Amino acid sequence: MDAQAIRRALRRVAHEIIERNPGLEGVVLAGIPLRGVEIARRIAAFIREIENVGVETGVIDVAMHRDDVGTRKELPVVRASKLPVPLEDRTVVIVDDVLYTGRTVRAAMDAINSFGRPARIQLAVLVDRGHRELPIRPDYVGKNLPTAAREQIQVGLQETDNEPDAVWLERG
Amino acid sequence: MTTRWTRKDLLGLRELTADEINFVLETTDAFKQIGTREIKKVPALRGKTLVNFFVEPSTRTRTSFELAAFRLSADVINISATTSSLTKGETLKDTARNLEALQADIIVLRHSSAGAPQFLANRLKASVINAGDGAHEHPTQALLDLYTIRERRGKIAGLHVAIIGDILFSRVARSNIFGLLKLGARVTLVGPSTLVPRDFEKLGAEISYKIEDVLPNADVVNLLRIQHERQRREYFPGLGEYIRLFGLTKQRAKLLKPDCLIMHPGPINRGVEIDSEVADGQQSVILDQVTNGLAVRMAVLYLCGGIAS
Repeated sequence: MDAQAIRRALRRVAHEIIERNPGLEGVVLAGIPLRGVEIARRIAAFIREIENVGVETGVIDVAMHRDDVGTRKELPVVRASKLPVPLEDRTVVIVDDVLYTGRTVRAAMDAINSFGRPARIQLAVLVDRGHRELPIRPDYVGKNLPTAAREQIQVGLQETDNEPDAVWLERG
Repeated sequence: MTTRWTRKDLLGLRELTADEINFVLETTDAFKQIGTREIKKVPALRGKTLVNFFVEPSTRTRTSFELAAFRLSADVINISATTSSLTKGETLKDTARNLEALQADIIVLRHSSAGAPQFLANRLKASVINAGDGAHEHPTQALLDLYTIRERRGKIAGLHVAIIGDILFSRVARSNIFGLLKLGARVTLVGPSTLVPRDFEKLGAEISYKIEDVLPNADVVNLLRIQHERQRREYFPGLGEYIRLFGLTKQRAKLLKPDCLIMHPGPINRGVEIDSEVADGQQSVILDQVTNGLAVRMAVLYLCGGIAS
């Protein structure tokens, strides 16, 4: 995917979020660092452009909710989460770049629950590459990219990676 | 931020790089945020066992580590000097090996002998966190002091920090000196000449025996507790004389810059190293230190205990 394809995909996701959530009442876009945060920001910008409504964005760090702490030689960097509280009656849209096993999303849901009990949680991803290990499915998908397990999806974004927007496949 | 944490133990700040110290402080930001959540608990260390092994008495440090471990979902056992078999003549090494045989993953050790945590760390697979060893180091105290300064002042480099009191016997002072100097602060040690030997200049700190000279240009004053229970008479001038010469009295506090932070590792001897009104005043961040201590210890336990052994 090039920059234009990414822009179109996120714009369509923004449209779908607007359709699914009438009036965008109580919607918060919670990005998973690093790229999820940037993608959430962009989706929020599209929503503002399309509907002239500002939706809140947040940060949901999953490092301390992962199920593989203690099994890695290197720990993921932990960052502070930032969500509007109370979460009750709100719709939290988890935003990430690539959906793979679903474990990160499970960790994100656990993290959200420790802030409170939102009315609903939805999931928006730029790329769904398949290979789920948990019963999790996305509500909004920028692009489905079927992959083999040994392949890797790479996402580069101007703001987080300092390179032109792109999504590509790397064979391991 | 490219630094990664690769240590299983935290023994002191002397061995850490400035990058590593900054990495701990940044990780602390994330753990401090948990304190504001409805559920103040994350599963990061679920299934891990932490042993709080305090051979020297301590309430606040032990409680802080215990609460930090709870918030990370670790299981905690507390062992104090009086309840351990050390009183029956068991050696430190044997006690530790028994703890390891019980599959302890993290051992938080407070010990009266400098180097005891290092001794264990070299011999055990478990992570060893130094919670204060003799007059050597107290790394988590210094880290929480650094975190509090950084939080309040936005930086550490370039600030002038005065550490006042019994420097010679203070592990808090040593760890603070290492940490502050690595992060680019200027450090002045203040106290009676018997308790502030010139040797400390070799570490890069400045020394003053006159508190009035230092207070007006300090950005932070860190007052150490006068440990009268372990004070040796030949070093110490006597309580009344100490207060007269080095106590942060209401009167002396007026010499401070308005934005100067007043810190104290606690427990406070009100009316000795610091007057009550000063300890409770606007410039005091003593209770922030306690709150931040919890977050710092969560970060340290997560970093050392979360690495695959």
